[in-house]
Amino acid sequence: MKKLINKPEDVVTEELEGIAAAHPDLVRVQYNPNVIIRADAPIQGKVGLVSGGGSGHEPMHGGFVGLGMLDAACPGEVFTSPTPDQMLDATKAVDGGAGVLHIVKNYTGDVMNFEMAAELAGGESIQVEAVVIDDDVAVQDSLYTAGRRGVGATVLAEKICGAAAEAGRSLSEVAELCRKVNANSRSMGMALTSCIVPAAGKPTFELGDDEMEIGIGIHGEPGRERMKVEPSAKIVERLASPIVEDLPFEQGDQVLAFVNGMGGTPLIELYIVYNDLRKFLDGRGITISRNLIGPYITSLEMAGCSITLLKLDDELIQLWDSPVKTAGLRWEA
Amino acid sequence: MQVSYDDVVRWIRAFAAEIGTNKEQLTELDSAIGDGDHGINMDRGMSAVIGKVDTADQDQDIGALLKTVGMTLVSTVGGAGGPLYGTLFMQMGTALPGKAVIGPDDWTAALDAAVSGVQARGKAEPGDKTMIDALIPARDALKTALVGGASFEDALRRSADAAGQGMRDTIPLVARKGRASYLGERSAGHQDPGATSSHLLLEAAAEAWAA
Repeated sequence: MKKLINKPEDVVTEELEGIAAAHPDLVRVQYNPNVIIRADAPIQGKVGLVSGGGSGHEPMHGGFVGLGMLDAACPGEVFTSPTPDQMLDATKAVDGGAGVLHIVKNYTGDVMNFEMAAELAGGESIQVEAVVIDDDVAVQDSLYTAGRRGVGATVLAEKICGAAAEAGRSLSEVAELCRKVNANSRSMGMALTSCIVPAAGKPTFELGDDEMEIGIGIHGEPGRERMKVEPSAKIVERLASPIVEDLPFEQGDQVLAFVNGMGGTPLIELYIVYNDLRKFLDGRGITISRNLIGPYITSLEMAGCSITLLKLDDELIQLWDSPVKTAGLRWEA
Repeated sequence: MQVSYDDVVRWIRAFAAEIGTNKEQLTELDSAIGDGDHGINMDRGMSAVIGKVDTADQDQDIGALLKTVGMTLVSTVGGAGGPLYGTLFMQMGTALPGKAVIGPDDWTAALDAAVSGVQARGKAEPGDKTMIDALIPARDALKTALVGGASFEDALRRSADAAGQGMRDTIPLVARKGRASYLGERSAGHQDPGATSSHLLLEAAAEAWAA
């Protein structure tokens, strides 16, 4: 294992110390239990937004704490859900009297820990709503599985709901908006290489030099198919077709196209993927009105990408364009 | 036979030691069908528990001790194992309020509460390939043995053996809960890591409390 770390067991703490040192204008960091909190939280009268998950997906979630996005993020161990005491502390730290929304990715551990946190927060008279994000079409949604995984739509939901909370919408309105973003988003990812969890020290899965995994999860979970590597245009078709068919996205739709890097893929390749995606959608009469390209929900050093499409309307466009100032995402109005 | 506060502490220590010894095996089982962190996470949690048990001043209250164990697991394990094992111990603690010693009826009530709590939290049914598949046979075997007139000690042994059988019986099952469920048919042929750690829990009780 070759990594820029000191000791595997110190990875999360030292990362948090780095974030605290780099962005004191945006966030403050609480340790044991670990929480990244917006510097000016709690904001009176504003709905608080809390998310969290295993570490190793940076900049998600800690890099999205700041104006117009999250109020707090709970980083777990690498690829392991954070714990209810972290989430309770985060919830208390950002409650400005208007309630707190928990944005939860659909993984069994994340869902159970956030449920316990909501019960604990309820016991302290803080109003909490939770929305579970489950946008990954690689996973069959059925009664016999834990349901679809939460992936790229999480980033979009955090941005859009953050803008709505900033604009003064109520907890139930922000939660409803979050469900709307989730309902109109679909994603799928692929990997060219595995990733290495620092504590494990070896690759999560084996992939031949000439192979790729289509439908990969953000923790290296197996996808739909393993096959020989193909040109970008062909890979984009394999990812985008199931996405478009699932919602479905139809001729005349406006979308936000999010081409995400898994951590080990250079931007030059992501732009090639975006170009192929643009052509693919053009051919179906689907218009890209907004885009996001780069590594935003990563899987350590995994090479590969994911594509997320979100069907847009005027409300979502206006909220997407609203100002955001975080370590991972920032623009002016 | 009755189980004292110190016996419960010995059981917790024995479980922590079993988790430590079997950390690699649990992680390997979890790597096959899950996300490969069950052994690492449970070991981190039980190490924290041992730290707490060493300094705990619970006035010989077994219920309070088990609640502390549960809370510690919830705040240190993460993943699915944290809420599930945390709930298991917290529910056991709630079922044994203020007890300085426990007998067969108390332990039956504790296991009943543990199973209900874990099912409420994880929403798993028997046959879903989860820790429930070790816990329910263990609880049922305990009751059957006690009703049949077995000694507490003997009933604990049969309970642990039933957990072991339940654990082995998860091998052919197709997972319907947790990350393993994404594998569908591919999850068959692997022993469930949660059922494996639950077997260790009951085996530790049978061994720690054997006269």
